[in-house]
Amino acid sequence: MTLLSFFRRTPRVSSAQTAKERLQILLAHERQDRSGPDYLPLLQKEILEVIRKYIQVPGEKVEVKLQRGAEMSTLEIDIELPGAQTLNSKRAVPSPAFAR
Amino acid sequence: MAKIIVVTSGKGGVGKTTSTAALGAGLAMRGKKTVVIDFDVGLRNLDMIMGCERRVVFDFINVIQGEAKLHQALIKDRRLENLSILPTSQTRDKDALTREGVEKVLNELRNDFDYIICDSPAGIERGAHLAMYFADEAVVVTNPEVSSVRDSDRVLGLLSSKTRRAEKGEEPVKPHLLLTRYDPARVAKGDMMKVEDVLEILSIPLLGIIPESPTVLKASNIGTPVVFDKTSNAGAAYADAVSRLMGEQIEMRVLGPERRGFLQRLLWRTA
Repeated sequence: MTLLSFFRRTPRVSSAQTAKERLQILLAHERQDRSGPDYLPLLQKEILEVIRKYIQVPGEKVEVKLQRGAEMSTLEIDIELPGAQTLNSKRAVPSPAFAR
Repeated sequence: MAKIIVVTSGKGGVGKTTSTAALGAGLAMRGKKTVVIDFDVGLRNLDMIMGCERRVVFDFINVIQGEAKLHQALIKDRRLENLSILPTSQTRDKDALTREGVEKVLNELRNDFDYIICDSPAGIERGAHLAMYFADEAVVVTNPEVSSVRDSDRVLGLLSSKTRRAEKGEEPVKPHLLLTRYDPARVAKGDMMKVEDVLEILSIPLLGIIPESPTVLKASNIGTPVVFDKTSNAGAAYADAVSRLMGEQIEMRVLGPERRGFLQRLLWRTA
């Protein structure tokens, strides 16, 4: 440590602040995971398997959400596909991964 | 009809048993007929914290299995006539607890007591599940530390879904946050989360703030619930929490570690 750095004031984020922020991000995810019924993760996995028979998509690009309402409930399945170019080229020359 | 309160946390070592003993004794001091029940089958400790470990003959599991009557297993506290302890088994495992058995014992106790305090084991397994299942209210013991807060959040999720009240669609279990091992000096330095931080994350009503205090260990050493030591900050903080549990409106105070005066410090050194 140089003498200069000793005098330089760096804005310090307290460890308690970091703890709070980490918890807020983590718990937002965990609360969403447990708000749905137990079958949602399995449903997501199986949908992904079906899609992968035709298109290659990474696991994190599929999101399954269930919203419960008094009158109506909705099941929202959001699948992010690769861009048009990669999709077309992939179709032309199927990679061994999904040539099964 | 007694109110059933579970003292729970998910994480171990945050002060569930200490808090059960202190809240139970505190309620009894205020004239409420109170029984504290140990749900930690195989690792019983409430008897030691309450200082009645040598008086255990029959236990909770004996009663559930029909090997003893409830009045044979209940230990009456020698200091407070309103306080009773129902110890658990040290030799059996948690599978000895059944939902029907627990329900039967609680129903029997409900007629004779004002408060039934269930000391939950750590974790979210059978013992913890049954400790919270029949509860009307829950005291969620939390340390201002990331893993404890995370586990408390998980437990709050279970309280709102895996309890009798949740399953029957009744009014949900009423949660209370009891923040323990709080150190205002470390909070001031930014090394520990503030009360407000934990409240913002868990968003449940605050029952009390128990300061980190050497009195807690001393109390467990001698088997006396910390609330008996009214001069200590931890004891005073628990007494406040008891009042709030009884529905009184009391101003929240953040008590620091005990400060000794100059003369006391001098005497302390020479003692």
